[in-house]
Amino acid sequence: MTRNVLVLLDTPASELRSPALEILTIARTLGTVEAVALEEPSAATLDQLAAHGVARVHRVDLPADLSDDARHLTPVVAEAFAAVARAAGAQVLLLTSSFPNKEVAARAAHTLGAGLVIDAAALRTADDGALVAGKRVFAGAWDTECAVSTDVAVVTVRANAVVPTPADASAVPEVVAHDVAPSASATAARVVSRTTHETDGDGRPELAEAAIVVAGGRGTDGDFTPVLDLADALGAAVGASRDAVFEGWFDTFVGQTGVTVAPRLYVGAGISGAPHHRGGMQASQVIVAVNNDPECPIFEICDFAVVGDLADVLPQAAAAIRAHKGV
Amino acid sequence: MRIVVAVKYVPDIQSDRAFVDGRVERTSDDGTLNELDEHALEAALRIVEALPEDERAASEVVALTVAGEDADSALRKAFQLGVDRGVRVSDDAIAGSDYFGTARVLAAAVRALGADAPVDLVITGMAALDGLGSVVPVLLAAELDLPQLAIAGDLQVDAAARTATVTRELGHVTEVLEAPLPAVVSVTDHANDPRFPNFKLIMAARSKKVEAWSLADLDVDPATVGDAGARTRVVSAAPRPEKPEVELVVDKGEGGKALAEYLIRNELV
Ligand SMILES: Cc1cc2nc3c(=O)[nH]c(=O)nc-3n(C[C@H](O)[C@H](O)[C@H](O)COP(=O)(O)OP(=O)(O)OC[C@H]3O[C@@H](n4cnc5c(N)ncnc54)[C@H](O)[C@@H]3O)c2cc1C
Ligand SMILES: Cc1cc2nc3c(=O)[nH]c(=O)nc-3n(C[C@H](O)[C@H](O)[C@H](O)COP(=O)(O)OP(=O)(O)OC[C@H]3O[C@@H](n4cnc5c(N)ncnc54)[C@H](O)[C@@H]3O)c2cc1C
Repeated sequence: MTRNVLVLLDTPASELRSPALEILTIARTLGTVEAVALEEPSAATLDQLAAHGVARVHRVDLPADLSDDARHLTPVVAEAFAAVARAAGAQVLLLTSSFPNKEVAARAAHTLGAGLVIDAAALRTADDGALVAGKRVFAGAWDTECAVSTDVAVVTVRANAVVPTPADASAVPEVVAHDVAPSASATAARVVSRTTHETDGDGRPELAEAAIVVAGGRGTDGDFTPVLDLADALGAAVGASRDAVFEGWFDTFVGQTGVTVAPRLYVGAGISGAPHHRGGMQASQVIVAVNNDPECPIFEICDFAVVGDLADVLPQAAAAIRAHKGV
Repeated sequence: MRIVVAVKYVPDIQSDRAFVDGRVERTSDDGTLNELDEHALEAALRIVEALPEDERAASEVVALTVAGEDADSALRKAFQLGVDRGVRVSDDAIAGSDYFGTARVLAAAVRALGADAPVDLVITGMAALDGLGSVVPVLLAAELDLPQLAIAGDLQVDAAARTATVTRELGHVTEVLEAPLPAVVSVTDHANDPRFPNFKLIMAARSKKVEAWSLADLDVDPATVGDAGARTRVVSAAPRPEKPEVELVVDKGEGGKALAEYLIRNELV
């Protein structure tokens, strides 16, 4: 059975980021892939879609009098996504797993009477034709699979679930326009303000989607220099424990209530490995820790660990890595 | 002001959590009030405490859970923090509910509470630490057709103007949303610091009784919830294999180099 799979594009106006390309890669294994954009897709985006074999992009045109800010209200996005899904006869709707996208997914599924899976790491078609999603749960301690029993499924897929791979055959995507007018319920909350913070131009990858993450905790005692140094040597994103963020030492934390990461490599420095923190990083492929306490809990889930002062270990590691890379 | 706070009874994240027959194993030993819902309770209590005396007296904070009888311990914890009423909806037919079944039962209970006197606000946690879906609040808003204000790091309620304003941090974006009451709000752990029960509250909590409701009380068709109504079902659940022993290096001056070598050896550089 071939399905019609619809992928919601997060950043069509600029270019697609890795998580979107990852879901396009997964989508291809399930059926025919089409994309949905709430903004005019850029030439770069269309090139990426072409390389991923996407033959059709549905562009949603919201009413002109809807403010720019209101276009981001998740119930508005959800109604647009659901309307296109109906028009295109889609059976599977895929999104990346950000907090706003979980809201979009939930409301779209509510509208469509669809089954909903949040934070899937894998998707496959079972022998009986059912869509089956793999999820890693309980701080990475259990692998579960759930089957969707409704005709339509909505799934958010976590970052780094697969390596994005272009399709064997490319396509020239046609853009199909849809007029969607949001309901009064969708705009029941008013956007007072919406501020986009410039990424400080540090050139580091996004925490949620990076292949390598270096995170610092209370053990840094407020000095993140060694953490940043190692991250830059590795080309990694930087994160922190919640305690380090609440101290004001860094801005984003990894964990169950912060950013969930599942990179190829996670390095935790001066982080004890509290269950809340582990819940957000335990699905990482390789886990490395630096901690001066040989009994710290994070060592229980590590592949490699150094017992030592991070202020000594990290700069030495960074220098050795730079030497290896010849920079 | 009448506020309903949805609270979930979850396995303690410090315990060995497990699945049995595709369901989360829930034992009374390891069960607890979802920590993140303490922030929802705190938000509700503070809104009421900020009201003028007369309005305060007419206010009510109700903790609501959909769970088995074991969950009474979570509601008792809510009593000890100062909520006025605790309602538990239990029914054999609810077992195996997916996100939608859970939201449907919660919505029916909010409607039932609203039959006595209007509910002004529904507050939830940002996520249940077992399921971690962060979708129940949004589905609850959709079921009740109320404005949704999710992932609030800050919540301000203007009781006179009857509005709720939230600030939400979404990665590189900060949104401020406002909606008329009644509304459904989910708060994060940034929203406040939950209080600890004190002696007076613990004593007062003793006289409070959990109100147990069933689906029949709520006019919910059992076929639309639980296993019967679920749109997803768990087909397998297995603990992950234990990791091999950690390779541990004690730094005697070469620890950083050892780390770099490990990464190079494993082609991670
Ligand atoms: C509801 C709730 C949700 C939460 N959500 C999250 C979450 O999402 N993410 C999160 O991270 N936390 C979360 N927390 C907090 C969590 O429980 C821990 O308190 C926090 O993760 C601890 O941060 P830490 O490891 O930096 O600090 P600590 O636990 O204090 O650990 C510091 C570590 O640094 C080591 N150390 C000290 N000095 C050095 C040195 N010079 N060199 C090397 N090592 C050193 C110490 O041995 C220690 O192991 C949550 C808590 C609650 C209640
Ligand atoms: C590991 C795991 C994975 C799951 N995956 C899926 C899935 O992919 N699809 C699916 O449809 N179902 C799934 N479920 C079932 C789902 O967890 C339940 O329906 C659950 O009651 C609500 O989801 P949640 O725990 O993710 O809650 P969240 O949406 O994370 O909860 C947010 C807030 O809603 C309130 N709340 C949630 N549940 C209750 C409750 N029972 N009583 C009172 N208040 C509540 C609380 O205030 C909570 O803080 C999963 C369950 C588990 C344990």
